[in-house]
Amino acid sequence: MLGRTANGLFWMFRYLERAENTARLLDAGLRMALTRDHTKAEEEWRSVIKTSGQQQAFEAKYDNYDGSNAWNFILRDKDNPANVLSAFEQVRTNARLVRNAISSEVWEAINESWMTLKDDLSRPVAQGNLGKVVGHVRRAGMQVHGAMAGSMLRDAGFHFARAGTFVERGDSIARILDIKYYLLLPSLSYVGSSLDTGQWDNVLRSVSGDRAYRWLNAGQIDARGIVEFLVLDDRFPRSLAYCHSALRENLAALARIHHAEGECNGLMREADMRMSETTIDAIFEMGLHDFLIQFINSNTAISAAIAEDYRFTR
Amino acid sequence: MTEASANFDEMYTDDRSVRPAYKGYCQWHDQQDPNWLKRKHGEAESNFRKTGITFNVYGEDEAEERLIPFDMVPRIIGANEWRKLTRGIEQRVSALNAFMYDLYHRQEIIRAGRVPARLFQNNEAWLQQMVGFTPPGGVYTHIVGIDLVRTGPNDWFVLEDNARTPSGVSYMLENRETMMAMFPELFSQVQVEPVARYPRRLAKSLAACAPQGVKGKPTVAVLTPGIYNSAYFEHAFLADQMGAELVEGSDLRVVDGYVQMRTTRGYERLDVIYRRVDDEYLDPLTFSPDSVLGIPGIMDVYRAGNVTIANAPGTGVCDDKAVYSFMPEIVEFYTGEKPLLPNVQTWRCADDDSLAYVLDNLEELVVKEVHGSGGYGMLIGPTSSKKEIAEFRKKLSANPANYIAQPTLALSTTPIFTKKGLAPRHVDLRPFVLVSPDGIDITPGGLTRVALKKDSLVVNSSQGGGTKDTWVLKD
Repeated sequence: MLGRTANGLFWMFRYLERAENTARLLDAGLRMALTRDHTKAEEEWRSVIKTSGQQQAFEAKYDNYDGSNAWNFILRDKDNPANVLSAFEQVRTNARLVRNAISSEVWEAINESWMTLKDDLSRPVAQGNLGKVVGHVRRAGMQVHGAMAGSMLRDAGFHFARAGTFVERGDSIARILDIKYYLLLPSLSYVGSSLDTGQWDNVLRSVSGDRAYRWLNAGQIDARGIVEFLVLDDRFPRSLAYCHSALRENLAALARIHHAEGECNGLMREADMRMSETTIDAIFEMGLHDFLIQFINSNTAISAAIAEDYRFTR
Repeated sequence: MTEASANFDEMYTDDRSVRPAYKGYCQWHDQQDPNWLKRKHGEAESNFRKTGITFNVYGEDEAEERLIPFDMVPRIIGANEWRKLTRGIEQRVSALNAFMYDLYHRQEIIRAGRVPARLFQNNEAWLQQMVGFTPPGGVYTHIVGIDLVRTGPNDWFVLEDNARTPSGVSYMLENRETMMAMFPELFSQVQVEPVARYPRRLAKSLAACAPQGVKGKPTVAVLTPGIYNSAYFEHAFLADQMGAELVEGSDLRVVDGYVQMRTTRGYERLDVIYRRVDDEYLDPLTFSPDSVLGIPGIMDVYRAGNVTIANAPGTGVCDDKAVYSFMPEIVEFYTGEKPLLPNVQTWRCADDDSLAYVLDNLEELVVKEVHGSGGYGMLIGPTSSKKEIAEFRKKLSANPANYIAQPTLALSTTPIFTKKGLAPRHVDLRPFVLVSPDGIDITPGGLTRVALKKDSLVVNSSQGGGTKDTWVLKD
């Protein structure tokens, strides 16, 4: 497989995951805002914008956190370089680039989703349509992953695509957790104290983990339980531990296919060791923020090593 | 049909009876509910959008992707008629290939005084680097598109030879797929020669031209300028269908005397390159130093016989309309036979007598640039204003050798589907021809382009033309 094609597959799925995660975040934000009074709703939108990493760009344009401005900014505003529409455009551009390395089912899933989203986002989204649009983004992800699972050869291309998915997912969950944690817990002494369960529920909802968490924990919602769930529970497909073990498997498969391990496999092993040896107590002792930053950095290093090992760009 | 055709219509005779080739189709068509057909017409477009069969238009927003309009009434050619056409096409394509070889070797045809030396001396596509070199398998034009037009029951003419990088074959294939998906029962009623084998034949034909000394299955790649090229869809489509790599110049590099591509395992050798970039973008060392699209040193590898480039560099010579005007002589010189497929009458404005005639009759003629393509830079006398003709006259007089002129042909029509029913529109035909040491292979049919506007003669997709599925009937 061409290095450029591997790069295209990897980034196509990173952008797909990014679009999907942003949509989840927005969904949770809308729900929160609806159940709050006006000032609290503004705070909620500030938090959503901050979590998406675009606070500066937003504040350069708007004086307050009006809901409609916020979700349109995230979904389609050209002043937001990370808007969902342009993320999805990147998905499609990369798909065109690697057109002969993906099945026509995958291509059509992407192309059809793109046509729907482009139409959805060709004009500002009204509140009444927000749920529908967010639903389209999430459905796009499901359709593409479903087409992948059902029609793609399990060769290097498949594993580059999956690696992109899990690198991005780990990165984005860690960032969401990091920012939400700070909003909720100004100082570590708050850990374990009783909190606004609505806010915690929102953290879970942002990563579509609310149902699964309640199922496993019978309604017991606290910071410790949630962090343990989102970081260490490898049964949940959006936890950091799950992303790690899935990524490890994809990288191992790539090493098998290429008859050689690269730098990324070594880095992966180290990261894996850290993850499997740690406990929730150790994480809080170290400080969740420091733990998450460590995770993000090692995730980034693995991603860079993949690009280098497999000659993505040179 | 709601309108009658002023010219030869391929479906209906003058007394409105259906010609034999169209009988089976018309029988089916007349049984269909017109409203159902209208719905199907809309379906076809959404199918093309979904599969992403688009082209980019030159000079427009980069992200702009357009569909070539598809008309769902097939263009039908009888088995006998097609056999006659294939003989003519084969003859012409072998002559083209022999001409290329001769032109880059002893130039017998010029020594014999049959064509003037200016044919290559004034030809921008001529490549000095190809002189004395024979491409692997002796093949210059691996893939050729011969554009045909028709004016009567037995009157077919060659309008243009596309020997450089003919495009459009993906539409031929997708049009058939779409028709079969929309009207499966039609294909059980009418027996049509399949076209789907084209990508396999292309792969085989390219592999047969691999450089000597390649062990095992040669590695084949399609070289594309990238996703913003107008025909990118086709490049990706063909690579996918052939199971070949789709590469850009930046993926390739000359290593140890071979062209190699950057794979996830390192650099790997490439044996056959089906290039969809122009000559001047092949090798910045040889041609265009500013090009970022090319592969430095690829021409040295080529000349050492270590890679096959299809079509061979320098084949663009044949796309020149001055060469076209000598095709009858060229065919006769190399095959010893009269051409089976005639040219359209052509005046070379380089000749003083012809120029005088053309200038006197601009209102009646079609004037084309010798190097032009895509319907750009031409004058269609009968549909142009006085002002347009006057402006063109100035351009023509300033550089007559740059132009040829042809009569305005009474192009045949076939019906298209409109909201008001069937209506006649002008068509041309581009059959696709593969050349390898094993022989010449012509896919039955080809791409029919149709001018969708009433009375328009311009079928180019960049200027409002559409396409149709083209059927060759089985015996």
